[in-house]
Amino acid sequence: MNLRTIVWKEMRERPTAMFVSLLAVMLSVTALVAIRNVAVFSEIEVADKLDKLGANVLILPKEASLQDYYAADMQSETIPEEIVSELVFAQMTGVEAIAPKLCIPATIHDQKTTLTGILPQSEIQKMASWQGGVLFKKHEGCKAKINLANEKDDSPEALAKRRTLQNLGDKDVILGAEYAEATGLKQGDKIQILGEEFSVLTVLDATGTVDDSRVFAHLHNVQDLSKSGEVVNVIEVMGCCKDVANGLIGKLQSLLPDTKIMTIANVVKTQISVNQMMTNISYMFLTILVVIGGASMASSTFSNVIERRREIGTLMALGASPKFVTNLFLVKAVLLGLAGGIGGYVLGSVLAYFLGPYFADISVYPLPSLMLIATGTAVFVTLIASYIPARRAANLDPCICFKEV
Amino acid sequence: MHLESVSKIYKKKESEVIALHTTTLDIPRGDFVAIIGPSGSGKTTLLSMLGAMSAPSKGKIWLDGESIYDLPIEQRAQLRQEKIGFVFQTFNLIPYLTAIENVQIPLALAKASVERQKQCAEELLDKVGLSDRMNHKPDELSVGQQQRVALARMLANDPAIILADEPTGNLDPDTKDQVMSYLEEFNQEGRTIIMVTHDLSAAKCAKRILKLSEGGVCPDESNHILKTA
Repeated sequence: MNLRTIVWKEMRERPTAMFVSLLAVMLSVTALVAIRNVAVFSEIEVADKLDKLGANVLILPKEASLQDYYAADMQSETIPEEIVSELVFAQMTGVEAIAPKLCIPATIHDQKTTLTGILPQSEIQKMASWQGGVLFKKHEGCKAKINLANEKDDSPEALAKRRTLQNLGDKDVILGAEYAEATGLKQGDKIQILGEEFSVLTVLDATGTVDDSRVFAHLHNVQDLSKSGEVVNVIEVMGCCKDVANGLIGKLQSLLPDTKIMTIANVVKTQISVNQMMTNISYMFLTILVVIGGASMASSTFSNVIERRREIGTLMALGASPKFVTNLFLVKAVLLGLAGGIGGYVLGSVLAYFLGPYFADISVYPLPSLMLIATGTAVFVTLIASYIPARRAANLDPCICFKEV
Repeated sequence: MHLESVSKIYKKKESEVIALHTTTLDIPRGDFVAIIGPSGSGKTTLLSMLGAMSAPSKGKIWLDGESIYDLPIEQRAQLRQEKIGFVFQTFNLIPYLTAIENVQIPLALAKASVERQKQCAEELLDKVGLSDRMNHKPDELSVGQQQRVALARMLANDPAIILADEPTGNLDPDTKDQVMSYLEEFNQEGRTIIMVTHDLSAAKCAKRILKLSEGGVCPDESNHILKTA
């Protein structure tokens, strides 16, 4: 026999009161966990979607206008290539990769096309190594790793979805799917471009964008062939979606005042605002947990104290200290908080798993970290709510044990 | 136990009710005192003060040379736990605990080991003839059995002083006699017993009787007359 035995037996004696308190806490935690679970997976989904889009920030000449996000480089205005170096040296938080491009109209292999010069990531990394070896600062916030070209995975086909390429030789070209189909060219074929011979490194998979009809070559070759000098039409920036939303654009604008910085603002804003809404809803449910769960728990504990006045007086007459009486109610609060927290976590996770795909069109899985948050919050709320009634019980006049209550 | 100029006044709004007039009283170790008097005469107030549960408005109460209301509240609880046992008119058993668990409570409060709690509780229940009812809850026991469980619980911490509030008030004559014989036995073991009662026949079992009337203790002579009447 100890304090826990007394608490446990008392709870079993009054199952209805216990169940009502438990239900209020559990349902609040359920709602909190379900919403938070969906919100977290929604953020991951947003990050993934942005990753699939590739570049989410464009650095354009001041006069340029943007009609088609994927055709941003198809314009006559240019900006100096040295901006690439400025960006690399600035080491801005949130910039994951940069891809400068220069486009010129050309007829290659009797087919009108856009010759696009791209700078492989290996050369940008080389620039960074001159500055101390770190390409871009590490940052927090992104739930998903942005899918970039890297040294370990440098297949040229990746250009189609990553919009960056790790390596590209001086005499290599990459063909868009539509262009390759129209000309019948394939990997390994030789091709004449503005009087120079190149070799087809690969043919990209179809993307459904203007890239399908392009021919890609090394940026410096395209600059030389077009005699346009060290300029580019656009610099695509792969930025962390959170940092893009949290002021990266402003920082870029300050760094490069003579350029136009554009982002896929609508996509980012909409997705981020949905996430923000979900986060706000989870805070709302946290408030509900505190108010409803707490009020229910406080009310239930007050009733329990009134109902057990004589018992408390008797325990005091038998030698129970005020601390023991306080703990009698606080231990009960902890047990109910734990049960409500764990039960709410399980129920909320199940709810999110089934309703996530239905309401938010995303797959949702249980998040173990939420169990700690849910249980901790539930225990905190039940403890706070029970504290005043517990103190009131401890301050009861023990003489009540002599009276008929 | 010694009461030194003790009085108790309850204040309600602007009016004052004197529950106990200034009283000085000695209750030596091993005494058996019955306190009688009509309702509202201050019997339970006196018992509460003797039980370290209600501080007097004036005066001091000494127990083993210690002024009990000069002790902090936690130490008063410990004093009750170690030295005082209570018997209640309505037994005050915890309804959701079995007989043996009820008897274990004082031992649990004194942080005795579970083994000692069980062993001691079994012995005490056996002593009051309830070894076959150990795992019964109070509502599964007769009124007499409930009072015997309460007596066993009261003895759990081997108290030197027993405070009994109308211990026979709810009992039939046979059970009443049984309970009184237990109290006499406990007194013979050397425990001090202070019993509040309306029942004159129960009061006669005591070594002396104090009559309370309108918050005051009547002189010893009348007590003697009452006892011999």
